[in-house]
Amino acid sequence: MSTATKTSFSPLGIVRTIFLRVGVLPFLLAAALIVFSLTSQAFLSTQNLLNVGRQSVYLILVSLGQMLVLISGGFDLSVGMVIALSSVISAMTMVAMAPMFPEAVWLVIVLGALAGFAVAAVIGLINGVGVAFFGVSPFIMTLGVSSAGAGVALFLTGGVPVSDLPFEFGNLFGFGRVFDIPVPVLIAIVFIFLMWIYMAHMRNGAQIYAVGGNIKAANLSGIDTRRTLIRVYVMCALMAGLTGLLLTARVETGDANMGSSMALESIAACVIAGVSLRGGIGRVENVVLGGFFIILVQNGMNLAQISSYMQMVVLGSLLILAVVFDQMRYRMIMGLR
Amino acid sequence: MTQSSLISTHGLSKEYPGVKALDSVDFDLRAGEVHVLFGENGAGKSTLISLLAGANTPTSGEIRMNGAPMTLESVSEAQERGIFTVFQEFSLIPTMSVAENIFLGREPKVGPLVNHRQMRREAARMLAERGFDIDPTAMVAQLPRAQQQMVEIAKAFHGDVSVLILDEPTASLSNREVDHLFDFVLRMKAAGIGIIYISHRINEFARIADRVTVLRDGAKIDTVAMDATSDGELIAMMAGREISDVYPAIAHNPGEVVLEVEGLEAWGVHGVDLQVRRGEILGVAGLVGSGKSRLFRAIAGVNETRAGRVRFQGRDITGHNTRAVMQAGLYYLTSDRKTEGLILPAPATDNLAIDLMMGICANGPFQRHRAINREMGRIFDHVELHQHYRNRTIAQLSGGNQQKVLFAKSFCHGSELYILDEPTVGVDMGTRAALYRLIAELAEAGKAVVVISSDLPEVMNLANRVVVMANGHVSAELSGDRITETEVLKYFFQETGADA
Repeated sequence: MSTATKTSFSPLGIVRTIFLRVGVLPFLLAAALIVFSLTSQAFLSTQNLLNVGRQSVYLILVSLGQMLVLISGGFDLSVGMVIALSSVISAMTMVAMAPMFPEAVWLVIVLGALAGFAVAAVIGLINGVGVAFFGVSPFIMTLGVSSAGAGVALFLTGGVPVSDLPFEFGNLFGFGRVFDIPVPVLIAIVFIFLMWIYMAHMRNGAQIYAVGGNIKAANLSGIDTRRTLIRVYVMCALMAGLTGLLLTARVETGDANMGSSMALESIAACVIAGVSLRGGIGRVENVVLGGFFIILVQNGMNLAQISSYMQMVVLGSLLILAVVFDQMRYRMIMGLR
Repeated sequence: MTQSSLISTHGLSKEYPGVKALDSVDFDLRAGEVHVLFGENGAGKSTLISLLAGANTPTSGEIRMNGAPMTLESVSEAQERGIFTVFQEFSLIPTMSVAENIFLGREPKVGPLVNHRQMRREAARMLAERGFDIDPTAMVAQLPRAQQQMVEIAKAFHGDVSVLILDEPTASLSNREVDHLFDFVLRMKAAGIGIIYISHRINEFARIADRVTVLRDGAKIDTVAMDATSDGELIAMMAGREISDVYPAIAHNPGEVVLEVEGLEAWGVHGVDLQVRRGEILGVAGLVGSGKSRLFRAIAGVNETRAGRVRFQGRDITGHNTRAVMQAGLYYLTSDRKTEGLILPAPATDNLAIDLMMGICANGPFQRHRAINREMGRIFDHVELHQHYRNRTIAQLSGGNQQKVLFAKSFCHGSELYILDEPTVGVDMGTRAALYRLIAELAEAGKAVVVISSDLPEVMNLANRVVVMANGHVSAELSGDRITETEVLKYFFQETGADA
């Protein structure tokens, strides 16, 4: 949502206006670009940036779902588990169906994908019902569901990756290109566009902002707040399920350990992109940039040969820093300074 | 004036960016007097006491105590000097006991351990001394608000007190509880303590006040002795206008019945029968906790309905949720705009867009931006919200402008019945007059209007029919000449009317 600001043309005024409108992301992005282009020659090359764009597709898709839940005033810690479970379920379905329909490989792929989406939708529904009807805090609800779902994924596979997926699945959704654009990127572009339409131009999207802004006021404005919350958790899980399928296609196996860092990374991408942890505030286009930023930082650190352990430290610190700036921004919006 | 001042302010001012909250105020408090601060919300009363309590520091001017200038950096520094304040918002921890709250941060100890027995005994003694009948082991959350306030007073008071500041202490008290509080205030006064008392209830002043200082727009209008003034004079000073200018003349024209309630049982509501007609304004009066708000929250689907029947325009809407009730044409305007009315960090435009999208611009799955903008302009013009404030964040608007946005929301649904719960709470006199005109126009346009209010003059001046509630029952229904202050007040404490 837009925030009221006075127009001011002093440098500090411009910084303030950008900060209030968009959040801390533009400043972090500029800092990252400067720092990493100094530490590595290869960083600013077109090839590398395209690479980052392709790699960030998965995080962006999860973050868009996470954004819905954050805007509604909650958060979803179970997205990583949904990725793993939809990966395992879809892979197992394809492997089981393949001998039954040896002539119809696309039917097998579609059935596998549907199974993945179905399990994601069920998990989203469980989260949503727990939060909306039983008043369980989103933290506990999604944490509990996350543990349960991860257990199911490991139980089903015994911890062993599911392999021997149809060749066509990975060939198209993992490595395929249409008009020379990678298929996962095309899919992401479609969903980014749909999500933007949904949040900026559809009534249901506006209702999510209202519920997160003030759930009691939303109720008195005639919004069915329970239905809105359930819808949000289901959509978030479906986005995570989609990501699970795309990642499964990319690595050509169903893996119960997939996506384990996605909950933290998606929340970080959103908060850095100015989605408020209090709910009610956040924009699709910024979240896309937020997901891109996280992958960009990881890429820059890889090129600078920073160990993956230290990268975890950096990511955690960035998340906390983003929340500190979010608090500052909130106080400025409320006029408390 | 020969008496010396206990505490006094000289040219005291407090500025916030763009606002002069307090403008060069001279004020003095003597030992053994009750000095009332009177004024509308935003007049500067809260700012003045926050400076005297040490919660805030002045921009300019000085505070003197017993003639000596002093600066107060914190609430605890003010307390060391004997200035104690009971704020409107309680500083109690609801999950702890009364005794634990009273001794919070200064618990009696045996070695490193808290001496719970001594703490309970001391707390019981302190409560008894002030004439408060409260169990020190009770959990604060489970006490009624009035008793919580007494705990707050007991907590505020330790050590030597010379100045006691009470910020709207009777706002949520019943009459008997008010009597208790006044006994206490008068005893403190007799003990030579100076008391600054903030209240909107003008009929209380005569019972306790020695002097009254009226503030308006951050400036002091005058300080007058209570026995040398009248209610009318005080109100005129507060508002800067005569009270007759505030209420419009309304042409009531009661028509068909739109709302019929039979035997309604809900939380705090016991077997209520009621009818509301088109073209009338039904006033609903009663104490806080009488069920006057809860009754209509149950009708509007905000609270649950246990038994009984609610029919609206011939349709049974008993127990329907808020959304369904609104779609049937009934709008409930909340009494608490901050916690359940508005989205505070969002601008007025976004707040209104939500209601338009759910109401008269609800066609189809998409936001109809053009229609929404057109209706938004029309409705904001109608409620007289200045162009300048429409893109401002709600949190930065004054109470009056926030209430205009809340009213604007009510016009987004094309409703036939408007239930207005405390429609002018915390609103300045100018905005009040504007809101009253809106209410009058609704009734004159043939809509049904219900005004629930703790402000008796408001109910009496707007309504053509008044329902009084007490203890969850309708204790009286008055119309015509019977709508007088004495008549209404008579039924505040009765379970059922003479004819029931």
